[in-house]
Amino acid sequence: MLLAAVDWHSYFFMLFAMLACAFAMGVLLTSNIVRMAFYLVLSLGATAGLYFLAGAEFVGAMQLMIYVGGTLVLLIFGVMLTAQSRFVSMKIRPDEWILVASLGGALLLLLLYVAFSVPEWRMEHPHPAEISVAETKLAAPIGLALSGVRLDDGIGYLFPFLIVSVHLLVVLIGAGYLARTKRRATSEN
Amino acid sequence: MVDFFVSTFGMSPTVAAILAAGIQCALLLNVVAVGALVFIWMERKIAGRIQDRLGPTRVGGRFGWLQTLADGIKLIAKEDLTPADADALLFKLAPYISFAASFTAYMALPFSDGWVAVHVNAGVFFILAVLGLEVFGTILAGYASGSKWSLFGAIREAAQVVSYEVPLGLCVVVPVMICGTMDLVAIANMQSAGIWSWLIFHDPFTFCIFWIYFTCAMASVNRAPFDLAEAESELVAGFHTEYSGLRWSFFFMAEYGSMFLVSGLAVILFFGGWNGPLAIMSDKIIGVIPGLGLAGQPNAWGFIAGCVGAANFIMKATIGVTVMIWVRWTLPRLRIDQVMTMCLKYCVPLAAACFLGAVFVKAEIFGLGYLSVDAWLPGLRSDRLEVREGWMTEVEGEGVTLSTEKTLVHGDG
Repeated sequence: MLLAAVDWHSYFFMLFAMLACAFAMGVLLTSNIVRMAFYLVLSLGATAGLYFLAGAEFVGAMQLMIYVGGTLVLLIFGVMLTAQSRFVSMKIRPDEWILVASLGGALLLLLLYVAFSVPEWRMEHPHPAEISVAETKLAAPIGLALSGVRLDDGIGYLFPFLIVSVHLLVVLIGAGYLARTKRRATSEN
Repeated sequence: MVDFFVSTFGMSPTVAAILAAGIQCALLLNVVAVGALVFIWMERKIAGRIQDRLGPTRVGGRFGWLQTLADGIKLIAKEDLTPADADALLFKLAPYISFAASFTAYMALPFSDGWVAVHVNAGVFFILAVLGLEVFGTILAGYASGSKWSLFGAIREAAQVVSYEVPLGLCVVVPVMICGTMDLVAIANMQSAGIWSWLIFHDPFTFCIFWIYFTCAMASVNRAPFDLAEAESELVAGFHTEYSGLRWSFFFMAEYGSMFLVSGLAVILFFGGWNGPLAIMSDKIIGVIPGLGLAGQPNAWGFIAGCVGAANFIMKATIGVTVMIWVRWTLPRLRIDQVMTMCLKYCVPLAAACFLGAVFVKAEIFGLGYLSVDAWLPGLRSDRLEVREGWMTEVEGEGVTLSTEKTLVHGDG
């Protein structure tokens, strides 16, 4: 059977990965700020597709809600900024191109080096049909790990989770405070 | 379904998988498209009756029931315009994004016990996440139209949807907490013992939180009295001012699709999903007769029970949509500041208070456990635990292995 011979999992992986990369390039190459944000949304959405493909449904939904949803705010700011004409089309000078390209290239090389130096990732991978993804589908282990209980004898994430929560609370209160004082100052003027 | 094709017709697994996927896609597309067709007709009839007129009466014989189809043909025949100032690419993409977001969420919405296109373990979360993406279409439409009316509408919608996601999330957490799972199929199966097992009657706090959920859901799908993105008395037609023909109708398919979706989510979370007010089809009543299998079993009886469940579910969700239509033609539109006040000063604190109350009831703190229906009907809690434990844990050796083997106990009609 011809259809059975195709490795569908790899095919979809390539599809989503190429979509993510293509739209990431789109973010770089367009000069319109709203289109940049839109391509970023598509790129992050394709990444969420990769998570779903890997069977990590909770992480995929998380990716959609936090990253793609967070980009929404970026998009709104893009829309608001383009009300001013100097932001409609962002031009990049050649020296900026060189700086950013060297920085990005260095980061890419570092990531590639790290990725290829992980011994587990260099082994012959088993056929996708033989991999069971059942255990990654549940959100319960993530929730338990965040409340300090790891099912696989590891250390839970309760402490970092707590630190991050308090940190976010401080940021929220700070943002609220800044917004309020600014308004009061303008009303006194 | 794949197993069914393989075992019954002896197909190869790949063909069976593709066929099953095709059937599910076609069914879901039909639910969204035909649903929109029916709901638009229903909206016009109900609006007519509320305003003391008849609504459509001629097309399709009686009651004008083919009016929407005629409108659809008219929309296809209309000229497809793109304004000169528009960002053409985004302008053309925006309606599809709205529709795709609404349609994708249907993939994880179960219509009956096990009748779900993709059984996502974190189904509630997935639907909320995808539904939140629908606003992208609106904002891009507003921006790309190159019109001030559209931009105003889009910015209003953005502010509204981002704000209302907070109380909506808080409301959805309560049934998830009571059931201990985010799996929509499991949540609905935990409410299969009749009307008193529905989560809206679980305790006073869940009763309150359903109304908050419904309000926030109406705001998040941009329905009147929260339809500020359209606001035809102020903004011509808001974000879709510049759209014509079929592109315009895609926004409406998305809107009606989302309406049915949030109603369906409410039905699963609060109104027992596909389980009727009396547990006629459950194993406790009909299953007692030998030979009559339970719902969810791979035989004809299971299929009939599934059909009854799906009819039940669609009927309940349609009642939710009808209430939304009724509200739209009854209440005047709010101002944007009133919408924000409603969300941040009323919905969020109320939802938070109800959430806290529900936690106290669930944990039986301060003697609040007696407010729960579980305290008076002890069988309900054990039923829920049975459903939950059926798929949740299997203790194996020293560690706990989590398994997706779902031995759901029963579904009924």
